Amino acid sequence: MSADKFSNPVVRWIDHRLPIFSFMDHELNEYPTPKNLNYFWNFGSLAGVSLVIMIVTGIVLAMSYTPHVDYAFQSVERIMRDVNHGWLLRYIHMNGASFFFIVVFIHIFRGLYYGSYKAPRELLWILGVLILLLMMATAFMGYVLPWGQMSFWGATVITNLFSAIPFIGDSIVTFLWGGFSVDNPTLNRFFALHYLMPFLIVGVVILHLVALHRFGSNNPIGIDPSGPQDTVPFHPYYTIKDFFGLSVFLTLFAAAIFFFPNFMGHPDNYIPANPMQTPAHIVPEWYFLPFYAILRAVPDKLGGVLAMFGAIAVLFILPWLDRSPIRSGNFRPIFKIFFWVFFADCIALGYLGGMPAEGIYVVLSRVATAWYFLHFLVILPLLSVIETPKPLPQSLSKSVLGGSAMAGAASAVKEKV
Amino acid sequence: MKWFGSLIFGCILFVSNSFAAGSGDVVLKHKDWSFSGPFGTLDKSAMQRGFQAYREICASCHSLNYIAFRNLSDLGYSKAEIKAFAAEYEVEDGPNDDGEMFMRPGIAADRFPAPYPNDAAARAGNGGAYPPDLSLITKARANGPDYLYSLLTSYKDAPGDKEVPDGMYYNAAYPGNLIAMPQPIYGDDVSYADGAPADISSIASDLVYFLTWTAEPSLEKRKRTGVKVMIFLLIMVGMSYGAMRFIWSDVKKA
Repeated sequence: MSADKFSNPVVRWIDHRLPIFSFMDHELNEYPTPKNLNYFWNFGSLAGVSLVIMIVTGIVLAMSYTPHVDYAFQSVERIMRDVNHGWLLRYIHMNGASFFFIVVFIHIFRGLYYGSYKAPRELLWILGVLILLLMMATAFMGYVLPWGQMSFWGATVITNLFSAIPFIGDSIVTFLWGGFSVDNPTLNRFFALHYLMPFLIVGVVILHLVALHRFGSNNPIGIDPSGPQDTVPFHPYYTIKDFFGLSVFLTLFAAAIFFFPNFMGHPDNYIPANPMQTPAHIVPEWYFLPFYAILRAVPDKLGGVLAMFGAIAVLFILPWLDRSPIRSGNFRPIFKIFFWVFFADCIALGYLGGMPAEGIYVVLSRVATAWYFLHFLVILPLLSVIETPKPLPQSLSKSVLGGSAMAGAASAVKEKV
Repeated sequence: MKWFGSLIFGCILFVSNSFAAGSGDVVLKHKDWSFSGPFGTLDKSAMQRGFQAYREICASCHSLNYIAFRNLSDLGYSKAEIKAFAAEYEVEDGPNDDGEMFMRPGIAADRFPAPYPNDAAARAGNGGAYPPDLSLITKARANGPDYLYSLLTSYKDAPGDKEVPDGMYYNAAYPGNLIAMPQPIYGDDVSYADGAPADISSIASDLVYFLTWTAEPSLEKRKRTGVKVMIFLLIMVGMSYGAMRFIWSDVKKA
């Protein structure tokens, strides 16, 4: 932590009193990172960038938005028509939510496949699940703000879920609404909370990063780096790789914003909210569909709500359900198969959540929901006992570079930095 | 694992599309609209004709609340023409210094006056059915442009087994096939100054152009900006890939 490493005297003066430069140098520049990370490790930084994009566009949108049942829809249309580049800001924010979830879902599946939740990263994982929960609450309340038909009826359906709680359910719903139906007080508080929660997410993201930097990134092999020859400094190696990933992400994101901005939305949300007229099918945004399918799969209301929250809750205890000491799915032949079955199951749940709750869809939803919980509660604990893993490589260098002739190259890396 | 990302993205689009398609009991007529695709543009003369058709056919029942006269400059009208359009309407203003509301000719900053003072009056004037505001109609329906075009051109005699109650009309493109709006276009309802054909499907198509613009006046600008942004980002992808390969060249052999 010596301040001598900075040549600029102003930087040295500041760093001696407030070591922010040492901190940044330590956490971004020197921070040793496994050199074998594949592109799935890009999605953490992409999620961070998405969060920043959402906060920046959201704050600017809030400057022109009116959280009142009589004006909310109009004010959004005013943003689309009369505010300079308002259409762009709103389409970034609206599609940004979808892309944020795409990125985070990939980030989570990466963690599931490569065992990133295992010791010593259990708290890192739990903080991540907490971020997912906060994101879901934020996205749900944000979708209510334009006060279109789906906003209103989505809010009605989801808040009504809390009435399933025995004895106090109805009081809780009245408390959430601020009245006896979804109305102006509901919209007002949702706006206030939608503005607050992203900053809570920022707080948890900081904790997530602190926990990450304690032991560093997991990697596709899943064994710890055995020394400097297995790692590269974060900068410039992963800053440039993250930048490349960001470029690709922004290209896809821009294609959605500029060429099919309403593709992931629902046309009914361009109809102003009407409490007297229920839409033919009330569907949540696509990123909630798997959970919506689980909710509807259980014939009992309280049971459905418990199953839906249970689907997230089970992620919190995942580090203690999967007891296998092998992190990476690459070395777990049976786990690997079940991972992809589970992945297909989640996609199936997403599809079923968008279908009407009738006929074969109900049966399939129940099977897929049962499998979801079976995977976590039975298959993973069982596999940790019965599965014989493949032999692990001795070190990251050997598996990456296929030989021990890397001592020279590794020192070259150090010199360069 | 590499195909995983594209797979999840594809599945998401598939799912979101399959429920957005909505009630599937009707088959829509598909037209190749000039505004579809990344290089799409809005046809100004079609929009002007559609504007005329809106004023002469639709405006007696359907409002256009989000459009102001000044917005018509997007259709290629001059300031003088826009002032003239606006002045054709009487708009309520006030209160004046005596505290009275008064009527005055419209100005460019006014929005299109609605045909009915409120929803109840609109329902009362239309046998209980509410004529929706048309500003956002092409975005508020699945496959909006095709839906609107199909709706306007699919009035037919009901098949023998279909009961059509009083005040309802048979429309092959409307979900459930019974619609409260009587057939609005019969052909030659308007006479276009530019001599363009005025048969049912031409007027319907012109209206789709006009109402696609009202739903999103920034559509053309969005797509034009998008092309530039994509070029910029694709160059950025190429350059950052090159930079990444260069920086990593001493770590991994390619």
